[in-house]
Amino acid sequence: MNRASSLLRRVIPFPLLFLALLVMWLLLQQSLAPGHIVLGSLVALGATWAMTALDPEPVRLRRPAAMLRLALRVLVDVFRSNLAVGTIILRGNRHSDHAGFMTVQLDLRSEYGLAVLAIILTCTPGTLWVNHDPARGTLLLHVLDLVDEQSWIDLIKLRYERLLMEIFE
Amino acid sequence: MSTAPELPLWAALVVSALMVIGAAIALIGSVGLIRLNSFYARVHAPTLGATLGVGSLLIGSMICFSVLQSRPVVHEVLIALFVTITTPITLVLLARASLHRDRVEGNPEVPKSDHASLDRHDG
Repeated sequence: MNRASSLLRRVIPFPLLFLALLVMWLLLQQSLAPGHIVLGSLVALGATWAMTALDPEPVRLRRPAAMLRLALRVLVDVFRSNLAVGTIILRGNRHSDHAGFMTVQLDLRSEYGLAVLAIILTCTPGTLWVNHDPARGTLLLHVLDLVDEQSWIDLIKLRYERLLMEIFE
Repeated sequence: MSTAPELPLWAALVVSALMVIGAAIALIGSVGLIRLNSFYARVHAPTLGATLGVGSLLIGSMICFSVLQSRPVVHEVLIALFVTITTPITLVLLARASLHRDRVEGNPEVPKSDHASLDRHDG
């Protein structure tokens, strides 16, 4: 089992990346023809070999169930905050007085986990990732509707960070 | 759009509703660029178009072409994926550049350190 997996790693340095690139290729070609699978595999193999030159920090992904839950939570939150921010924009300037900066103390240390959190927070209308201090683990955020600071801290710590730590750490 | 007349009525209604909703959300996001009053607040606005706006348009596109070609057409998910990954990079870059400039200029509206709200609670 171990020898088989180390052999696999030698031929395909990043199996997950390989798989993702192959799926992307097949989606772009909109075909499952054997020719496209072979061609896509070659392209993906070339790209994964090129990745070894960058020597990225190895990523350990765990708990697919947690990933699914996180994805669902983000979908729901993106939908809700779209409505919230849309309302703020349409109602006019009264609400943008509440916009402001806030700081959250993060326990998440994994670079990949932080990258995903940055994408989630910035993609969600209403929150914007501004600056992260890796030494102190603090995150500076800009929030459009900063009425209750604690509720935003709870959102990040309880809804996202806990699942991200389960997945990446 | 020469193939559009072949679209059944139910699909045409669903697809056009999704198109109008997506375009309206993107429009609201663009209106936000004018109506919100600070740079940092304005950065939030385009994310409406980049999330729900694009999502709605892409689902409409998937339904339209899946029905027309009688097979699942799902490669639009790649657009959603790339928009989702790349938008935050631009926005974070803009926000950080602006924050750096405001701090250098001593603008009182931005926190002087990253620990602003923590410091505020201390003092």
